[in-house]
Amino acid sequence: MKRTLENIEEQFETFQILNEEGKIVNKDAMPELSDEELKEIMYRMVYTRILDQRSIALNRQGRLGFYAPTAGQEASQLGTQFALEKEDFILPGYRDVPQLIWHGLPLYQAFLFSRGHFHGNQFPEGVNALSPQIIIGAQYTQAAGVAMGMKKRGKKSVAITYTGDGGTSQGDFYEGINFAGAYKAPAIFVVQNNHFAISVPVEKQTNAKTLAQKAVAAGIEGIQVDGMDVLAVYAVTKEARDRAVNGEGPTLIEALTYRYGPHTMAGDDPTRYRTEDLDTEWEKKDPIVRFRKFLEEKGLWSEDEENEVIDKAKEEIKAAIKKTDEQPKQKVSELIGNMYEELPQNLQEQLEEFKAKESK
Amino acid sequence: MAQMTMIQAITDALRVELKNDENVLVFGEDVGQNGGVFRATEGLQDEFGEERVFDTPLAESAIAGISIGLATQGYRPVPELQFFGFVYEAMDAINGQMARLRYRSGNTMNAPITIRSPFGGGVHTPELHADSLEGLIAQQPGMKVVIPSNPYDAKGLLISSIRDNDPVVFLEHMKLYRSFREEVPEEDYSVELGKANVKREGTDVTLIAYGAMVHSSLKAAEELDKEGISAEVIDLRTVMPVDFETILKSVEKTNRVVMVQEAQRQAGMASYIVSNIQERAILHLEAPILTVAAPDTVYAFTQAEEVWLPNYNDIIEKVNAVINF
Repeated sequence: MKRTLENIEEQFETFQILNEEGKIVNKDAMPELSDEELKEIMYRMVYTRILDQRSIALNRQGRLGFYAPTAGQEASQLGTQFALEKEDFILPGYRDVPQLIWHGLPLYQAFLFSRGHFHGNQFPEGVNALSPQIIIGAQYTQAAGVAMGMKKRGKKSVAITYTGDGGTSQGDFYEGINFAGAYKAPAIFVVQNNHFAISVPVEKQTNAKTLAQKAVAAGIEGIQVDGMDVLAVYAVTKEARDRAVNGEGPTLIEALTYRYGPHTMAGDDPTRYRTEDLDTEWEKKDPIVRFRKFLEEKGLWSEDEENEVIDKAKEEIKAAIKKTDEQPKQKVSELIGNMYEELPQNLQEQLEEFKAKESK
Repeated sequence: MAQMTMIQAITDALRVELKNDENVLVFGEDVGQNGGVFRATEGLQDEFGEERVFDTPLAESAIAGISIGLATQGYRPVPELQFFGFVYEAMDAINGQMARLRYRSGNTMNAPITIRSPFGGGVHTPELHADSLEGLIAQQPGMKVVIPSNPYDAKGLLISSIRDNDPVVFLEHMKLYRSFREEVPEEDYSVELGKANVKREGTDVTLIAYGAMVHSSLKAAEELDKEGISAEVIDLRTVMPVDFETILKSVEKTNRVVMVQEAQRQAGMASYIVSNIQERAILHLEAPILTVAAPDTVYAFTQAEEVWLPNYNDIIEKVNAVINF
């Protein structure tokens, strides 16, 4: 009798294109990207790293609210997003704000989301997405529904959703991938395995050797990718997207990555559950460092260019936070108006009550 | 006009809306080929095809979750939860997600979803098939909860629920599915959400009820009439939001109230309604408001349910107590 789990890792070998030294190790898999596109990816990763640094600082100054740091995960976040088209629909987790920004969400609105201001979630026309999900895994069933709807409409687009390693333990994770599989819906399910669900290591999360193998039970494609290698992440997402729009069903992508910072800025202390050695080990795999080496080798990137991006990012962040500050504080009376299309009697009464309070 | 049971009226409402609006989708466990375990969707897949009326895998959270996703693509989903006792599996998707889509998006998105589900006691179901859990949903801002007591209202309220641009939980009492028939127009009509119905006019006491308890209240009112007590019976029809206007008008006339619900007494609809009446009309009351409700235990499935469920004698007892206060 064949043992099911025997050598299962071999089936889910980590897909890589660019190694830690910035060398191409998988030439055949190299995606077709122009020099301009390669530079654009670098631009976005550097920009997003700066955005993360500034967001942490702004949070510490009390100028931002809820914030989940992103440094370390740039390749997983932006590599997947770069493979999307404008008409694709993003269902992010709470750490996945960068994907929304590069999908078209203005920076100041991302900051407003952080501050808990609903204008942050009033996405401009053409930004096809839901606001970042707080409940772990809830977006997975919703993504299946978005994809089912796209298929019914005959659209050539996909729904892409994100969770972490912890999210793969949720019932909604399994329900979502199973529904999408059953309907062959054009969905891409991304698991950014950053190895810790707040403090619980992935080894304690599951006995599964890979998270990608969870696709097998749902009868969908699963792939594990080096989540610090933006080219590999882009390539697998692009392929998943092509297959999805061709009616070949959903894909589960496990991206191996690491968050350098704390879980959120609300008091998490990673030294309680991670060693400095582990941090150092992952920093060596840094997505920006290796992609910089790759681009410099091709003569496509320089220190000056990078400094220009950093300066530009800082300028734009500064302007965005200024715009954020200018946004009037939200009122309870406005929130009441956002509950129903037509206010029922209880809320009409409460609306009057709060309007009176707020006019004082 | 045709004579219809409540289940037939529900099927008819689904048919009307599937015809009216190509964005309406009907789905759930066994709703396609099988026509639903209670046959609420009988014949609809044949008539409208598998793209519009379809079976889902067996997972309540995903049934509610995909509804939200489908709503983002312009659809008007009408999912069925096979029994409302299974709603616990879908609580986040309903109260945590669809109820909040409008709010969360700053009023730029909405979830025009109607979740249909059978509930209610007295039909000898196993555990978690009969519970009255309307209070769980009614406590969630952003949701509406509708509970019809008869075939005419069932059709008109379901049509209104499907057309509503906010999420509705539409609860169908199993005991009422086939217990009686009445005239139901075959054409398209609607019954407005959030409006109660005075089912019987009276002058001495107001009975407020919904679902199957409307019938227990009407029966109690008939018995009380023989004793010379004139009871007014209000059928709430929508339990969130509550039509306090109709209730208060009646209270000002009768000055006495008995609140009737099949659910357990703790928390729930009765507490909310009674507290509102006393806040708004205490000077009109000649007696404390009494509540008829089930005891605060887990639903007494099968063996003891007839005793556990509130009945018209319980109502008569409480009416006598408020009259003789």
